[in-house]
Amino acid sequence: MTYDLTFAKEVYQNSEEGHWIKMCMQCGVCAGSCPMGFLGAWKHSPRQIFQMVRAGMRDEVLGSSDMWMCTSCYNCIVRCPRNLPITHIIHGLARYASVEGKADPKQPTHLFAKDIFWENIVATGRVGEAALTMKLYFKDGIGEGIKQGLEMKDAALGMMKAKRLKPLPFRGKIKGYPGFKAMLKKAFELEQQKEGKA
Amino acid sequence: MKEYSFFPGCSSEHNASAANMETSVQSMCKMLDIKLNEIDDWNCCSASIGYAGGGVIPRLSLSARNFALSRQQQGDRDLVATCAACWLSMRETNERLDHEPELKEKVNIALKEGGLSYEGGIKTRHMVEVLIEDIGWDTMKSKVTKPLTGLKVAGYVGCQTNRPFGVAGDSFENPQYLDRMISLTGATAIPFAKKVACCGGALMFSEQEKSCQLTRDILQCAVDGGADCIVTPCPVCQLNLEVYQSKINQLFGTSFKIPVLYYSQLMVLSWGGSWNDAALHQQVVQPDVLKPFA
Repeated sequence: MTYDLTFAKEVYQNSEEGHWIKMCMQCGVCAGSCPMGFLGAWKHSPRQIFQMVRAGMRDEVLGSSDMWMCTSCYNCIVRCPRNLPITHIIHGLARYASVEGKADPKQPTHLFAKDIFWENIVATGRVGEAALTMKLYFKDGIGEGIKQGLEMKDAALGMMKAKRLKPLPFRGKIKGYPGFKAMLKKAFELEQQKEGKA
Repeated sequence: MKEYSFFPGCSSEHNASAANMETSVQSMCKMLDIKLNEIDDWNCCSASIGYAGGGVIPRLSLSARNFALSRQQQGDRDLVATCAACWLSMRETNERLDHEPELKEKVNIALKEGGLSYEGGIKTRHMVEVLIEDIGWDTMKSKVTKPLTGLKVAGYVGCQTNRPFGVAGDSFENPQYLDRMISLTGATAIPFAKKVACCGGALMFSEQEKSCQLTRDILQCAVDGGADCIVTPCPVCQLNLEVYQSKINQLFGTSFKIPVLYYSQLMVLSWGGSWNDAALHQQVVQPDVLKPFA
């Protein structure tokens, strides 16, 4: 393999906090601190992902589901001896993979975070928990939705009884919604310029 | 009376998953003569998984809008959050916009579309920090009229109330403040090895089985340590640990049935508040073990 920094430079430029990858000294404290690592949830640790960025392995990095396994526990950040914002670098790479069309649209966290959670909050300005849960259960069709709903029936009924879940998945928009929507539209234009997409 | 600007966040809304936290926090503040002035028309902070749909500028614009509204309505009054993710998002936004002028400029171009601007200069604080720094340990202890003597509690700090910012200069690996809060109510804080372990957070929705494994280990550690209940400051931890117990029992053949409460619920009860003031009627796993103190 030739030593090619094209992909590394692309990440330093376009991926949120990606430039910090330059500072990684490959110690592996992040790998040993990740709660998902102990479950074998990822194939490559943050340390390995960073080295793969530097080795120019574009398809392997951006197509990986490893970044999507981050629970945002921030263990890696507080333990990194070089103080790299590892959690944010990983989030940035996940987002960049999504923007570049390299992330599997069916990857569960990708699908939930982007198509369900983000869409839920921009629809009204706040999270509608009942709608969020419904959409999550029914993402694989009606049959699967009913099955999931039945599996979680006791928990959902318990929540409703405790007045911690709305029985109907509707919520109104915040008062300043038109301004909120205009703000996000402009923010996305600027984000696309930054990500090299405009 | 102490007054703060207040960002409750989505899970603290009426009929939302942390409605029990909100009720008990309001009761607690009333007993301490604290007034929480809710920011009018606040929006979601985008929590810990907003990065995927939002990227950096849209994501930080969300919290910047909350700061802008708070300034418009309440000047530079300190902003208090009770939710770990809200607190973290606001702190992160504040830190990044104050240190990255280019990013601040772009966020302000976006905010301008809604007639707002981010100026900075508002301090974001967790409710727990307000209790420790502005109220103080002695005052909190002096409020106790019904000590929770004999109650064994596993203090579960979790992740985002602890990392990356931390509370009151406490340690990331073994923070003490929650155990101190438990002790001041008269209860016993048991040694708890999973104090700062991760419950899976938002991945409970997308990687349920893996998150349930993490949560199972936390519950098991509390039960093995002889805890009567678990206490946490975080709404996601509380939800995952309490509401998913039935799912975990299904998956792993366990038989967990341990109440999971907020620090505020314990305080209110020990300070003589009623069962409902402490929102103990809003639990999914019934906290019968607290009945003798009600």
